[in-house]
Amino acid sequence: MLKTLYKQIGQYKKVSVLTPVFTALEVLTEILIPFVTAAIIDYGIEADNIKNVYFYGGIMIILAFFSLIFGVTAGRLASTAATGFAANLREGMYANIQNFSFSNIDKYSTAGLVTRMTTDVTNIQMAYQMSMRIAVRAPLMLICSMAMSFIINARLSLVFLVVLIFLGIVLFSIMYSAMPIFTRVFSKYDDLNSAVQENVSGIRVVKSFVREDHEGQKFGKAAETLCRLFIKAESLRAFNNPVMMFTIYGCIIALSWLGAHYIVVGTLTTGNLTSLFTYVMSMMMSLMMLSMIFVMMSMSLASGRRIAQVLEEKSDLAEPVTGETLLKDGSIDFEHVSFAYDKGSGENVLKDINLHINSGETIGIIGGTGCGKSSLVNLISRLYDVTEGKVCVGGKDVRYYNSETLRSQIAVVLQRNVLFSGTILDNLRWGNENATEEECIEACKQAQADDFINRMPDKYNTYIEQGGRNVSGGQKQRLCIARALLKHPKILILDDSTSAVDTTTDAKIRETFASHIPNTTKLIISQRISSVQDADRILVMEDGMVNGFDTHENLLKNNEIYKEIYQAQMESGGDFDHSND
Amino acid sequence: MRNRQFRGGKLGKNELIALKRLIGYILKNYKLAFIAVVIGIMVSAFATLCTTLFMKSLIDDYIMPLTEAAVPDYAPLAKALISLSCVLVVGIICSYGYNRIMVSVSQGTMKRLRIQLFTHMETLPISYFDTNAHGDIMSVYTNDVDTLRQLISQSLPQLINSCITLVSTFIGMITLDIPLTLVSLIMVTVMIFTTSKLSGLSAKYFVEQQRDLGKVNSYIEEMMEGQKVVKVFCHEEKSLAEFKELNESLRKSAESANKIANITMPVNANLGNISYVLCAGIGALLALGGNDILTIGTLVAFLNLNKSFTQPITQISHQINSVVMAAAGAERVFNMMDVKKEEDSGYIELKDKGNCERVWKNTKTDTETPIKGEIVFNNVDFGYTERRTILHEINLHARPGQKIALVGSTGAGKTTITNLINRFYDIQSGEILYDGEDIRKIKKPDLRQTLGTVLQDTHLFTGTVMENIRYGRLDATDDECISAAKLANAHSFIKRLPEGYNTVLSGSDSGLSQGQQQLLSIARAAVANPPVLILDEATSSIDTRTERLVQQGMDSLMHGRTSFVIAHRLSTVRNADLIIVLEHGRIIEQGNHDELIGKKGRYYQLYTGNAIGQ
Repeated sequence: MLKTLYKQIGQYKKVSVLTPVFTALEVLTEILIPFVTAAIIDYGIEADNIKNVYFYGGIMIILAFFSLIFGVTAGRLASTAATGFAANLREGMYANIQNFSFSNIDKYSTAGLVTRMTTDVTNIQMAYQMSMRIAVRAPLMLICSMAMSFIINARLSLVFLVVLIFLGIVLFSIMYSAMPIFTRVFSKYDDLNSAVQENVSGIRVVKSFVREDHEGQKFGKAAETLCRLFIKAESLRAFNNPVMMFTIYGCIIALSWLGAHYIVVGTLTTGNLTSLFTYVMSMMMSLMMLSMIFVMMSMSLASGRRIAQVLEEKSDLAEPVTGETLLKDGSIDFEHVSFAYDKGSGENVLKDINLHINSGETIGIIGGTGCGKSSLVNLISRLYDVTEGKVCVGGKDVRYYNSETLRSQIAVVLQRNVLFSGTILDNLRWGNENATEEECIEACKQAQADDFINRMPDKYNTYIEQGGRNVSGGQKQRLCIARALLKHPKILILDDSTSAVDTTTDAKIRETFASHIPNTTKLIISQRISSVQDADRILVMEDGMVNGFDTHENLLKNNEIYKEIYQAQMESGGDFDHSND
Repeated sequence: MRNRQFRGGKLGKNELIALKRLIGYILKNYKLAFIAVVIGIMVSAFATLCTTLFMKSLIDDYIMPLTEAAVPDYAPLAKALISLSCVLVVGIICSYGYNRIMVSVSQGTMKRLRIQLFTHMETLPISYFDTNAHGDIMSVYTNDVDTLRQLISQSLPQLINSCITLVSTFIGMITLDIPLTLVSLIMVTVMIFTTSKLSGLSAKYFVEQQRDLGKVNSYIEEMMEGQKVVKVFCHEEKSLAEFKELNESLRKSAESANKIANITMPVNANLGNISYVLCAGIGALLALGGNDILTIGTLVAFLNLNKSFTQPITQISHQINSVVMAAAGAERVFNMMDVKKEEDSGYIELKDKGNCERVWKNTKTDTETPIKGEIVFNNVDFGYTERRTILHEINLHARPGQKIALVGSTGAGKTTITNLINRFYDIQSGEILYDGEDIRKIKKPDLRQTLGTVLQDTHLFTGTVMENIRYGRLDATDDECISAAKLANAHSFIKRLPEGYNTVLSGSDSGLSQGQQQLLSIARAAVANPPVLILDEATSSIDTRTERLVQQGMDSLMHGRTSFVIAHRLSTVRNADLIIVLEHGRIIEQGNHDELIGKKGRYYQLYTGNAIGQ
């Protein structure tokens, strides 16, 4: 994980090295300052020499000046390095996601990816910035202060060593016993928040069943548990401060007692004693900082792991070295195709499929939810790879084509489709960047979208909001079809893409398909018999297998499932209210 | 980013009020504890001060005489150290004490706040949830309450501590030497000035960073949602290029903001150093050269105090930001708590007489009337806002046990009508009668208990299947739940789940298909056994077989109950006793299927599918 993240530092490696260097310089000058303070007292004040006071005062101001320069430089470099690293992480993830295959995408939720690229990256940025400066400063400070006090008086400094080891052990054991409780706290905290989420989105159910009090009690119990756990963890942490104080005060008292003896004997000056006091303080400060970094690092560890996961994810579709760039025609063949989403352990959603579809044919596909309709068509443009057997398009195995070739000549209108924020024209041109306005209008006419677009205030320049919120379901589907038509594909796949369009408009769309793009192979998945009954052949699927593949008339005669669906739909008469949108 | 503005270092008036209120809120429940905390902090700060002051007497009163004495007597030093140790031990105990109390105070306050916020939220009218983005409501619980936790558990004690240190150090300094104190004060003023200048400057960039972050955030959200479409259209490179641009401007603004924030620390620390030198120089002038205005010990002690004088200032400036954020958070938390509860001035109650027999009891006249399930709309007008009326002059009469189908295009007002029956919204004029009584006279909880609802979005809760069914009536036995599931056609699929009725569903991702969720929600309504039903048929594509199961489930649920159905299926409409055809918020036709077909009006057009584009 660290290696993956390390690679992303990229062009900011230089600043990432310079930052700790300048921080080290800053610390070194800072370390000298107590020495000078001691000199002011020893050679200036106590020696009754005002010149020395000014001399050492001057030195100290110069040191302060340098320390300022170093500190400011380090701070600025740290910000460049950390924000640059963060930007690289975001870009690295984003770029890698662009290479994801569908099965890679399926692994992550949108919210999960957004969190990784925002909150997690911010955590890492903070931790990186901190660690470049404080992780250098704190140990260096500790070592230098230690060394300095050893120089001043080695025997006295032994006191520090003992005390520091004691402090280290105590702090570590506090942390060690608090950590697992904190982990539990955070998972309980997540539970609590998801309870709120459930209530906010399901408020109508809560209110309809008059369950406000019931929910309140449930929540109260959960909040109570969380509170108790939190108190348990935090009260362990409350020991931190007193322990720290205990060691500092212990040191000071020991120093005062022993120091007095040494001064009397003459092996220590009063100035030295004050310096020692200062070093004790800075040692404690650096220990405190270290423990802070420790917490911060362990918190960002989880973020780092999540980011590395995305960065390390490899697309599971292998690109051919010299792929075919042209589809000969729109014929499709399935030869003994089996497919499972989760290779290895997963259940096969498609089992031994054999099909031949001629170029230019119109094929309807029907069957219950989860019978494998979408999976079947997703294999054609190689959104997923088959588990066994092969899928051929234009007579060649799809794995021999460039994926870009395949996708630009096979247009898929996905079941869960998305429009992007931008004008209608912007959205249409996803199909073909260079399409003229006339071409776009023509495609919309074929998809029966032209009428409603013209009724919109800004017509083709109407702004579509994020996720296409300002168009109805049926309008969105028709825009998506138009977008796909602009590709002028050899194969057109509609995956339940007219479910929100009324039956008459649906029929018109199919009519224009027949008249305008007769040579394109068309695959139409639908729940409605009316959408598929005019197709050249209809594929009836059941449990991942082909149950029937024939014309409407023949299926009605011979296919039980088809007959059943047909009767069910005829008897209820289908949908009622999709007539206007 | 959801209207969250980063105001950077400045407290608005409303935020200040919210902050005051928050402190009042803590004090209300933890007055004694809070006083104990302040005393604890004071004692431990006093202990620290003692140590510093002791250094003065250590050199002047103990070490100096010792060096001058022929036979050094360490007894007075030992005595002094022992008494100091006693003070310090008390200080340490107090430190633990206040830290520990603070944990209880902050966590207890958080708990109270959360529970109060949640129970209050549950009483809010539906309009609150309809007009506020759910993400915003959630963020009050996750982000805002969390900033409060940080404020109470970390910033507040640190601020109190810093202030006390500041004051006690200041007093210590004054007792040592007044002119030197003045020098220190001047330097501190310079520090405060530069800090506020720097933070003002960085605030500007932080605002930019926040804005850029918002842009990157929403771009990622949009593109990740549509990642499959990006793939299908080979749009990867273009999308990456656009992202790079946004990412770069975020990097720039973040860099500028952090640069300034990062230099605050070295600047302050070195201003502290300069202050030290100034005091040393001026102190030397006063102490040396025969002017014995100042003793050496005093000067040394003063120099130490000077250090601890500048430190709290740096600390306070660090805390300011989290105080500002918490104040903004507190404002949002209190805003939510201040939203008015759902009003209820009903006085007619539901009374259970046992044996499944329930009656309306008028608490004013003390009379009882049986529940029949008759709903009448008389000249009802309604709009979600005062200005725009959505429903006009709605008149309808649903007799007990009748099935009423509401049909019409999206936005015609079908859902709105059902929202009025259970008083999710209140009407502007006209009246709605339930068994002859105006529904506003019936207590809201009792009214809603008599109305079963099956919505399109099923919303199951985290818990077992059994618990989800029992949601309809909390005292239902297992057997009652199972027979409700049987009635709803849900029993067979539940039996096939790994743990049957004890299978745990997690609310957001239950692992059940849309159709199965529908079946469960029908069972849930069946357990409640309400006289009146409100049903919203699913439009999403469920496969034909499951749909048939759902249909049958709904049919058996509707049997013998007055039912309002937002209908999407012809068969439902055809079998309804009363069909209400809505258009633009008005009832344009009503009657049964045959009557309406005979009219050859709008219904006829809809039914025969000849209405497209009109």
